[in-house]
Amino acid sequence: MNDNNLTQVWVYLSASPLFGLSMTLIAYGLAQRLYVYAKGNPLLNPVVTAVALLIALLLATGMPYKNYFDGAQFVHFLLGPATVALAIPLYRQFGKLKQLWLPVLVALLAGVTIGGVSAVGIAWLLGADTQTLLSLAPKSVTAPVAMGIAERIGGIPSLTAVLVVTTGIIGAVLGTRVFDLLGIRDDSVRGIAMGVAAHGIGTARAFQVSAEMGAFAGLAMALSAFTASLILPWLVDLLLQHAA
Amino acid sequence: MSPNFLNGITILLVYQLVGEVSARLLQLPVPGPVVGMVLLFITLLLRGGLEKTLDTASSALLSHLSLLFVPAGVGVIVHFHRIGNEWLPITVALLLGTVITLAATALIMLGVSHLLGKRGGGHE
Repeated sequence: MNDNNLTQVWVYLSASPLFGLSMTLIAYGLAQRLYVYAKGNPLLNPVVTAVALLIALLLATGMPYKNYFDGAQFVHFLLGPATVALAIPLYRQFGKLKQLWLPVLVALLAGVTIGGVSAVGIAWLLGADTQTLLSLAPKSVTAPVAMGIAERIGGIPSLTAVLVVTTGIIGAVLGTRVFDLLGIRDDSVRGIAMGVAAHGIGTARAFQVSAEMGAFAGLAMALSAFTASLILPWLVDLLLQHAA
Repeated sequence: MSPNFLNGITILLVYQLVGEVSARLLQLPVPGPVVGMVLLFITLLLRGGLEKTLDTASSALLSHLSLLFVPAGVGVIVHFHRIGNEWLPITVALLLGTVITLAATALIMLGVSHLLGKRGGGHE
């Protein structure tokens, strides 16, 4: 094979969605294996490893993100039906939810508000610009919904996605330590807090602790996705009016 | 692809479609897929059961939820410049904000449960 052939192959690959799509699946497969090999160390979260591998690949080949996304969009698209699918765990936990509805409701409203206000407030105090603030507001909400909220309020959806994933990892790593420090042992409480603060990645961590904590975290993730899309746009308007 | 999975994913897509269309027509403040989630949840409550097909498709999607974040995560490459410029506010907001949210949510839920427990004579 000479250089000319190689160039032709690369011209084909860089224009076809096949490359971005298959590289996404391969990178995730490798990342998943590494995560299992490291016995589920939260720092080796598969999303982080896969993203790092793919960024290295794009930088090495000089392929623009747009060309990569032409292929990866087929995976990205599934975030929509996955959000709809959250109705199923919600339905399964409905019995438990009915017993605890008032504490859960208050914790959700407070948690979603505090999650948005604390992130925006801290970043504003430290001098972040408006688009960064708007992208930070939905950082505790599960990615597909957070990106939808960011788009509505004028943030940058792709930046929000990165901030959401980072938040999830922070929650997964620090969550149980924070609860231990505060002496909180009730798994329903720990699960709700984990789901509100650290969405799906926190939920995955909660399932490692106990089935009950995981179920409540999944429930909180689904409910806070709904709550956040109702109250965050309004809350951000209010905050920005005061900041300006 | 098993017929179960195909039926299930079709149901999820139809609910998303109805969600997207109604969110736009009624100018709802909620993203379309969330409207779809709520509609599906209400349907399940009304029907009082969960079809196998839907269960198959949703557990397939939800068990690989983290894969679906990867393409968006790679988008950080477009934002290197912004993140480099604002690394301090972003890092502190994420770290401190998440710890505050974890602690506050847990303490508030615990507080409300205690209040209700006392008033109701303590069911636990």
